[in-house]
Amino acid sequence: MSISTATATPAPRLRRPRRDIGPLDYTKRAWMRLLLAVNFVFLYFPIVALIAFSFNDSKRNITWQGFTFKYYTQAFNNNALQDAFTNSLMIAAISTAVSTVLGTMLGVALHRYRFPAKDVVESWVHLPIVIPEICMGVAMLALFALIKFPLGLATVIVSHIAFSIPFVAVVVRARMAGFDLSLEEASRDLGANQWQTFWNVTFPYLIPGAVAGGLLALTLSLDDFVITFFTSGPGSTTFPIKIYSMVRFSVTPEVNAASTILIVLTLTLTVVAMAMQGRGGNKKI
Amino acid sequence: MTEKPGIISIRNVSRRFGTVTAVHTVSLEIGEGEFFALLGPSGCGKTTLLRMLAGFESPTEGEIVIAGIPMLGVDPNRRPVNMVFQSYAVFPHMTVEQNVGYGLRVTGVARAEAAERVKEALSLVKLGGFEGRMPSQLSGGQRQRVALARALVKRPKVLLLDEPLSALDAKLREAMQIELVRLQKTVGITFVIVTHDQDEALSMANRIAVMEAGRVRQVAAPADLYEFPNSRFVAGFIGKLNLFEGRVAGVQDGKLALDIKGLDRIAVPFDGHASGEIAIAIRPEKLRLDRQPSAADRIGVRGRVSEVAYYGNESHVYLKTDDGTSVTANVPNSARSTRPTIVVGDELWASWDAADTLVLTE
Ligand SMILES: Nc1ncnc2c1ncn2[C@@H]1O[C@H](COP(=O)(O)OP(=O)(O)O)[C@@H](O)[C@H]1O
Ligand SMILES: [Mg+2]
Repeated sequence: MSISTATATPAPRLRRPRRDIGPLDYTKRAWMRLLLAVNFVFLYFPIVALIAFSFNDSKRNITWQGFTFKYYTQAFNNNALQDAFTNSLMIAAISTAVSTVLGTMLGVALHRYRFPAKDVVESWVHLPIVIPEICMGVAMLALFALIKFPLGLATVIVSHIAFSIPFVAVVVRARMAGFDLSLEEASRDLGANQWQTFWNVTFPYLIPGAVAGGLLALTLSLDDFVITFFTSGPGSTTFPIKIYSMVRFSVTPEVNAASTILIVLTLTLTVVAMAMQGRGGNKKI
Repeated sequence: MTEKPGIISIRNVSRRFGTVTAVHTVSLEIGEGEFFALLGPSGCGKTTLLRMLAGFESPTEGEIVIAGIPMLGVDPNRRPVNMVFQSYAVFPHMTVEQNVGYGLRVTGVARAEAAERVKEALSLVKLGGFEGRMPSQLSGGQRQRVALARALVKRPKVLLLDEPLSALDAKLREAMQIELVRLQKTVGITFVIVTHDQDEALSMANRIAVMEAGRVRQVAAPADLYEFPNSRFVAGFIGKLNLFEGRVAGVQDGKLALDIKGLDRIAVPFDGHASGEIAIAIRPEKLRLDRQPSAADRIGVRGRVSEVAYYGNESHVYLKTDDGTSVTANVPNSARSTRPTIVVGDELWASWDAADTLVLTE
């Protein structure tokens, strides 16, 4: 030891070593940061503009004339818009309730049971998520035409339930993937029957998944346009479709105001859904 | 051990999963108040057997009788047994108190009585004062106590424990071994414990079934198992061995005469039946090391020290004999000294009393 330190080599020149930038150190690269900024602008500028101009005191949407709430008042007093909003809420409420229950059951079943052709069933479950919405819409319309079911609120609700179930099922299934099956066995071992076990042990565990899935279904239903467009009939116009029809005449600040309301609503629901999922994740041991 | 039919009778039980036979025609009688261990290497079917007792698996063949009642078709929630799971399976969304009281609540035990029993069970596992804690606020050892209390509060006839100590660190494990034995004595019910750790089984159980590949190889008390193993597998699984291969030469003065490779002809006391190829074994702590040839009444072999491992209380001395066989001797460090008395390269005689020889016929 002492010998080797006695014949010390000349001290290396002090230079701060240049740290390599790792492949995932995005924020260390200037051009990446620029790209990120540009992306944010493209993504959010239109939305910010939309919201800003909903307060614009001008009939046209081009120049800023001053702040006003009058288009919100106008939107609230627009009966057709009100009806559409009520429709949307009703459709969303019913389809969410039904699809959450069915989707949760499906998610639990997919997690729990092995049955013949399970892979096939799973792919079918995912199908509505991946196939283009327009195809879903056309298919739904064709179905209702085939069975001669008049288009209206009922058809919209049924369609919304149909496309929401897979989303709920996928979220619930993901939640269940972390479930320790010995918890159910412990419950059975301690004297609980299968129903007691489900309600006392399994259900509390899957609640965050079901709630997140349900909120997802609610958001999807609230702002769905394509499928609703194909399956709605007279008297079942929803909020997004109403906005679309208003835009076809002219983009007035009233449209902006209505859109802003929809944005705030869906954003709130999404944030709540994410919070629920986050909390569920933390509660796991 | 027990003369009357046991609290658990396992009769010719097999369990197959597809082509895998996890448990192969096992028969066991477990007596009331026993601390019984199922011991074997990983994958030998211990858990499967335990789960059949709890009712989570059903035997493909054979019969299980618990407390005189055949268990065929009896659901887990209707069996007089409770289980402590390997993962503890403490309900994460319930407090300690709710966890322990769960089994009483779902079976409709009156609230006042349940509260009393929960309190009692918690103090039994020394968790008084933890009632309001959530499982995420407990250490692994405390979670295990919750699992224990939760099972014991049901007052089962038999408590089943699947590798209860495997997730604990070494210190805690030893404390918990003592704790479990104390607990079993206190409550007086039958404990059936699954473990792959021989020390755990030897130190806790009063009877051990050693399993290999789905079969029970030997059932005996710890000392019998260690000193009189019936097979190479059991001898090798429980404790360490020096193994010598050889064949039976005949009977000589009422003793078994053996020709063992690397040793001369030896005669050992043996009252079983043996012929043909055979193995003998000697435990490392039964060997004595000398610098001179050992006494004539002992079986001895000469070797050169190839390695010495120091463990504080004892040293393990590894010898190589002339024909290349390795022999390990455990030597207690009974005198206080820092100077090793045996060093690599020493030529020594390892010897043992013929009566200590294990004759392994299978
Ligand atoms: N549910 C099951 N399905 C298929 N094979 C299983 C199942 N449970 C256990 N086995 C198999 O049975 C054998 C014994 O398993 P197990 O009882 O868990 O062993 P141990 O607890 O002794 O480690 C293993 O080969 C295991 O793969
Ligand atoms: Mg196991």
